[in-house]
Amino acid sequence: MIAEAGLAALWLAAVMALLQFALGALALGRGRAGLAPAIQPVAVVQAVLVCIAFFCLIAVFVRSDMSVLLVAANSHSAKPMLYKIAGTWGNHEGSMLLWVTILGVAGATIALFERQLREDTRVATLAAQGAIALGFYAFLLFSSNPFARIENVVEGAGLNPLLQDPGLAFHPPTLYAGYVGMSAAFSFAVGALVTRNVGPDFARAMRPWILGAWIFLTVGITAGSYWAYYTLGWGGWWFWDPVENASLMPWLAATALLHSVTVLATRDGLRAWTIMLSVLAFSMSMVGTFLVRSGILTSVHSFAVDPERGVFILALLAIYIGGALALFAMRIGTVSEGSRFDIVSREAALVLNNLMLTVVLVVVLAGTLYPLALEATSGTKISVGAPYFNSVAGPIALITMVLLAAGPLLRWRSDKPRLVLDRLVFSFLAGAAALLLIAAFAGSIGILPLLGLVAAAIVAVASLAPLWKRNLKRTPLFTFGMVMAHMGCAVSMAGMACDSAFTRETMVAMGPGETQAVGDFAVTLAGVRERPGPNYQALEAVLSVSEKGGTPFEMLPQLHQFTDPPMQTNQAAIRTFWNGQLYLVLGEQSDGDKWVMRMWWKPFVTLIWLGGAMIALGGMLSLLGRVRRDFLPRRRRTATVEALPEPEPAE
Amino acid sequence: MRRLAALALLIAAPLPAQAQDYAEVALPDPAQEAQASRLMDTIRCVVCQGQPISGSNADLAGDMRRIVRERIAAGDTPDEVRAWLISKYGDWVSFKPQVKPATLPLWLIPLVALVLGIWLVSRRLRRHH
Repeated sequence: MIAEAGLAALWLAAVMALLQFALGALALGRGRAGLAPAIQPVAVVQAVLVCIAFFCLIAVFVRSDMSVLLVAANSHSAKPMLYKIAGTWGNHEGSMLLWVTILGVAGATIALFERQLREDTRVATLAAQGAIALGFYAFLLFSSNPFARIENVVEGAGLNPLLQDPGLAFHPPTLYAGYVGMSAAFSFAVGALVTRNVGPDFARAMRPWILGAWIFLTVGITAGSYWAYYTLGWGGWWFWDPVENASLMPWLAATALLHSVTVLATRDGLRAWTIMLSVLAFSMSMVGTFLVRSGILTSVHSFAVDPERGVFILALLAIYIGGALALFAMRIGTVSEGSRFDIVSREAALVLNNLMLTVVLVVVLAGTLYPLALEATSGTKISVGAPYFNSVAGPIALITMVLLAAGPLLRWRSDKPRLVLDRLVFSFLAGAAALLLIAAFAGSIGILPLLGLVAAAIVAVASLAPLWKRNLKRTPLFTFGMVMAHMGCAVSMAGMACDSAFTRETMVAMGPGETQAVGDFAVTLAGVRERPGPNYQALEAVLSVSEKGGTPFEMLPQLHQFTDPPMQTNQAAIRTFWNGQLYLVLGEQSDGDKWVMRMWWKPFVTLIWLGGAMIALGGMLSLLGRVRRDFLPRRRRTATVEALPEPEPAE
Repeated sequence: MRRLAALALLIAAPLPAQAQDYAEVALPDPAQEAQASRLMDTIRCVVCQGQPISGSNADLAGDMRRIVRERIAAGDTPDEVRAWLISKYGDWVSFKPQVKPATLPLWLIPLVALVLGIWLVSRRLRRHH
């Protein structure tokens, strides 16, 4: 019964989405303005219905109702409760339902709380949200019904052991919230184009959604990277896997959009480019969702493999992206260029930063999709992995970092190169100091890590410069947000460079009592023992580790053998120190009583995720600051803007 | 010649009794092991798809690791070993795409995007003066 109720709610939600779109179209296109107020309750009802459908799906997973095909295919009655619930979205159908649920909630939020926007733009925005939701409902109902029944199944097939991790409970919902937030930004852009309202007010209304989505994407990518790092057990933190790229592309577009929308909101510039970027960001979110879910990829992450849905997906992509581009082409003539600026100005720096981020995006997109296109057209299979991405995207990312150092120190509209260099003196000194330190103590390291460390030092100092000689009490919260996020970029880049330059790796076959050195640590194998887990059998190596002369401590890497489905996974033992992580993995038994051990000492690797967290935190500070300034009583806002003698800093 | 010799050694000679099985064990020479390890990070395990052979639990990946280490130990350069693996398993085995007509778009597309972008930006900026 629960499954049927969920399906009914899903159908009704789809009808509401259709109604939402139709009401908007009639109100704006046919001049039936009287219909406009109805769109708000419809959006709310749609959200309530799709939430009901989603909770019904969770309920059948919790009850392990094996008469539902999705549960039988992906769950198991012996699975821990957390993974029963998280398993709801650990598969194709469930994750699409989660997507559309977040979309519905976002639509209701716009309907209930958006008060800044002109009425007709708001109606058009909600209609666009309805149209997007409609496509996803159609996809769910016609080709991916999560509530389909099956007969005569007693026990489920189980969930991929790699996914049986608390990460699954949070990772996909976080990324999806980011993707869907981009859909809201896209709907705003469509609404503004349709009602010819591309300007600072629209930018200010759209900005919290972009910021919010960007925060979710940042958190999702950072957490996903750490998740892959500790579950996959091969010591890497980014694999340039197509599925990782699928989440990186929307982030790159969103990062560019975040900066261009700031120009639009504060200087009324970059109008057309901001609209274009919001189309791009949402397109990348859709591509991201569907790359993962269509099964066209061969990747460690592709758990939902079903190529037959590909056609439906391509049609949806074509309709939305094609439709948006057509609308863009039709209306762009009416969008004037916006305010002008000099070649040395903050606008110009932001434009260049946008350009660089877009080129990185193109590199990632080409590297991810070109192998698929080549295979589809000529049958040739090639692999594009880390060597390509690092060597092509790496240098561009470094240039972006240099722009990032200079951008916030430039004045809006026009600035003098001489003054800019003066403001950067301390940053360059920090870069030179980093170079000297590396030359003195680190010896020869790769060129990319070397430049990365120098750039990180420059950016770290430059990111603090906007606070220099300022009254910190009167500095707006979003300036602190920007400082924090830029500092996070420096911290993260330093971590990446250190990991790539200074990691020590050893692999040996060890018998009990034998000792192996890695970095400054001595690792002694005491023995290997069996440990039963909740739904797997584990082998556990007992290792005694001591840092040069320090007290020994124990580390326990495990090898898990699952039966439903049969699969082996590594559980690395990771110990964090102030200056890095020791990462130990238990491998196969080699001859006799020897066991293969892989060991890494990874100096400062934790900075990668610390930086990611700082970037996300910076986003949150900015969001708070922006909401406080843009959405709290207007009286105060105009007062502050006029009282500010200095140009408003960028995000 | 060296390659041929190594190949002959691989196929013909039964491993001496005391020889190491290098599938899971590092080479004694740290410099060679570093070369082998860097190479193995960029060679795809052909049965488990997404993973490089350095991180895969599959038996075939173990065999490939053994081959890589033995060839590096026999004096082959990483590029020679990569070329040999490609000749045996196809382009798909290398995460580093080979530069050839079919793969040129990988470098051309970003280049075109960059040039186009710079042209658009510079055109716009000049108009402001």
